[in-house]
Amino acid sequence: MSSALFLAGTLVVALNAYVVLGGADFGGGVWDLLARGPRKEAQRQLIAQAIGPVWEANHVWLILAIVLLFTCFPAAFARIVVPLNLPLTGVLIGIVLRGSAFAFRGYGGDRDAVQRRWGRVFAVASLVTPLLLGTALGAVASGAVGAAAAGTAASFGVRYVRPWLAPFPLSVGVVTLACFAFLAATYLTLEGPAGALRDDFRRRAIASGIAVAAAALAALVTAAPSAPLMWHGLIGSWWAVSFQLLTGVTAIVALAALVRRRYALARLAAIVQVSLVLWGWAWSQYPYVVPPDLTIAAAAAPAATQQLVIAALVLGALVLVPSLFYLFRVFKGSDRLSTISHP
Amino acid sequence: MADLLAARFQMGMSLAFHIIFAVVGIAMPVMMVLAERRWRTSGDPIYLDLAKRWARGTAILFAVGAVSGTVLSFELGLLWPTFMRFAGAIIGMPFSLEGFAFFTEAIFLGVYLYGWERVSPRAHSFAGVMVAVSGALSGVFVVTANAWMNAPAGFELVNGAPVNVHPLAAMANAAAPAQVLHMTLAAYAATGFAVAGIHAFLMLRGRRAPFHRYALTIALVVGAPAAVLQPVSGDYAATTVARHQPAKLAAMEALFETQAHAPITLGGWPDVESRRTRFGIVVPHALSLLAFRDPAATVVGLDSVPRDQWPNLPAVHLSFDVMVACGTYLALVGLWAGWLALRRADLSRRRVFLRAVVIGAPLGFVAIETGWMVTELGRQPWIIYGVLRTADAVTPMPGQLWRTGVFALIYVFLAVVVTVLLSRQIVRSPMHTGEFERAKG
Ligand code: HDD
Ligand code: HEM
Ligand code: HEM
Repeated sequence: MSSALFLAGTLVVALNAYVVLGGADFGGGVWDLLARGPRKEAQRQLIAQAIGPVWEANHVWLILAIVLLFTCFPAAFARIVVPLNLPLTGVLIGIVLRGSAFAFRGYGGDRDAVQRRWGRVFAVASLVTPLLLGTALGAVASGAVGAAAAGTAASFGVRYVRPWLAPFPLSVGVVTLACFAFLAATYLTLEGPAGALRDDFRRRAIASGIAVAAAALAALVTAAPSAPLMWHGLIGSWWAVSFQLLTGVTAIVALAALVRRRYALARLAAIVQVSLVLWGWAWSQYPYVVPPDLTIAAAAAPAATQQLVIAALVLGALVLVPSLFYLFRVFKGSDRLSTISHP
Repeated sequence: MADLLAARFQMGMSLAFHIIFAVVGIAMPVMMVLAERRWRTSGDPIYLDLAKRWARGTAILFAVGAVSGTVLSFELGLLWPTFMRFAGAIIGMPFSLEGFAFFTEAIFLGVYLYGWERVSPRAHSFAGVMVAVSGALSGVFVVTANAWMNAPAGFELVNGAPVNVHPLAAMANAAAPAQVLHMTLAAYAATGFAVAGIHAFLMLRGRRAPFHRYALTIALVVGAPAAVLQPVSGDYAATTVARHQPAKLAAMEALFETQAHAPITLGGWPDVESRRTRFGIVVPHALSLLAFRDPAATVVGLDSVPRDQWPNLPAVHLSFDVMVACGTYLALVGLWAGWLALRRADLSRRRVFLRAVVIGAPLGFVAIETGWMVTELGRQPWIIYGVLRTADAVTPMPGQLWRTGVFALIYVFLAVVVTVLLSRQIVRSPMHTGEFERAKG
């Protein structure tokens, strides 16, 4: 394996970690927005408690992915950001509002009006950001971003809007949102005490699991006309088809486990399922970073940079892995029902 | 042209916003760790209360710092795609290392803020130390990247493209040591004085609660030494600029003519048309002496720089003078604090000193903002000094002004909210009651 391919793989690993960790934090916001019924406040509290200690660390995975992208594949970064300027700006606004609203709600005082105001900002931003982020990824995968950078004489709409405002990218946005909500609900079944609250999230997990399946199907259908490259990558070979089938199997396992209240199994299956969706996408656009023409090899930084980044990744992992393990053991470990003291 | 200006404005605005929170994220953990340590060694509950209250404020600032920093890493591409295509492989390295520093910082911050009852005392203090160290490191890395823009190294230019890239040589650029040292000290000086100023203000309001005295002492322990060292490191920065960026030095000092025995002009308005600086106070020989340690040395003036490569003179010169004025004031107050500490004076009774500290509270941050204006505006028209022009690096997308406006609104809004929340924390601080005197017995 070439070092450029290794770095591209690491980039997907970072994105994967962001999706299953940071994505669930966004999903938590979605469930905050949709909190209903007699246990509305308890649901919101559980969500806030689950996100509080870890969201900043989870968020860094996105930064790592961006930094790896512009360090190791500078040509790809420069090409992606131009046509996707608008949705990415939207993502940024969403990230800023979500993060600060979450902190403001936590520390802003206990008056109900304040709580509700920041809660609303936090929740709406959690809904919009994954949609836009998924749309941006879908636009890259569809090949429209790569094609847009080529023609420079075209109008504003053609260069900066049409690459992403199309059926396939938007349906990827919906898949992303559904996946984040599904992950969050599944994790939340294990965050609180057994009982009615847990059942609330079990029902939400099942519903959003079905939504993931429906959205994925819709994305596949729109891929055929509007993202032919992607369509070919997704089902164009026997191994690609078996990959999609495997993803489908884990989806069924996750839903079945939820129905039978095997929560730990459901969480594992959900993580595997969403990761498979992501890797399926990455695999289908191999060997391109920016389809239809910018390959991993062509976009890669010089060898000296690649080697140093790999060295930094190894050293960084030596610090990072034990630290992350420690963080999750402290806050997501076995005695999880003891209070997490809010400073 | 308007798009270029809007993009530059947005970049500068985002950085000027982020730097405030970044600086607090570097220095506050040190103060919290010190307070916690005093609590563990003395058993005095006031120190614990102090550490926890500081942690509450820091948590808000940290969240805003994290999200505004995320905006920056995208903006590098959204606004300057050509710059990133050129520079990504060369200076991506410090950004990657910074990424790991952020991880460590965010992980241990979670443990520190939420783990008071969940981890052992030693583990908790250790988490605080990790936050402090990784915060400082992330600043070091990102400033190294910025220094490379001022003194590019680690590549060769062939047909306008970089070849023979050596990321480590790029990190070891000539501007890095001075900038890193000066910026790291700036973080401690500015935050230390800001916190000291708040507590001094509350003491002047008649609350001699030991709470505020302890807080003031810790804040000055962090801020005063850094403030005293700041003019020294600034002088080092200036000598570096003199050697590597003569146009920036000439702009900083409003020096129009190349000359031996060059003077320093304090204040004044550099008039670009007549090539004279009006209303300034002139100190003969001083610039040659400071920049090259020789009163007779020749200093390059703007007449040796092509006219289209002049930075904005009034902005750079006046920003520089404001920074130096703030730095001089803070260094003097820092020395005063040191002298009082030697005499073991009771700070709560030194009203004049307390007032001086209150005045110093915003000045560190003023110096940081104006100092960055010197660095960034003084580099213009280059985004990479001597290599790539800012105008050639900007995104081709039209309509930048709209987005800049939206971000300006968001930043103003966040600034207002943060200010309100923090002042509420401060008002709630134990000054209205005597509970802590009582608790202490
Ligand atoms: C607390 C903050 C603070 C204080 C008190 C000072 N500075 Fe400063 N200065 C900064 C905060 C700062 C900064 C914001 O951190 C800068 C911007 C870029 C950098 O590396 O540091 C800076 C830049 C900067 C530069 C430009 C470096 C470059 O462009 O590469 C020079 C020459 C000085 N400073 C010199 C001084 C002198 C002679 C001071 C004497 C009192 C001084 N500074 C006080
Ligand atoms: C945090 C403190 C900083 C502040 C306050 C600051 C300020 C500014 C300002 C005002 C501009 C606009 C320049 C102009 O209008 O002429 C600018 C531009 C820029 N800065 Fe900084 N800067 C800071 C640190 C950094 C760092 C650490 C980097 C690291 C890479 C950086 C990279 C850039 C880039 C890429 C531009 C755009 C190109 C240019 O106009 O030169 N800045 N900054
Ligand atoms: C001199 C200028 C800068 C300094 C000293 C600095 C330092 C810091 C520090 C200490 C943090 C930790 C979080 C906090 O304290 O709130 C932070 C956050 C961040 N900074 Fe900056 N930064 C600077 C400029 C930049 C620039 C130019 C970028 C763009 C690449 C950037 C990207 C980030 C990111 C992505 C975060 C979020 C990390 C997290 O989630 O914890 N910073 N910065």
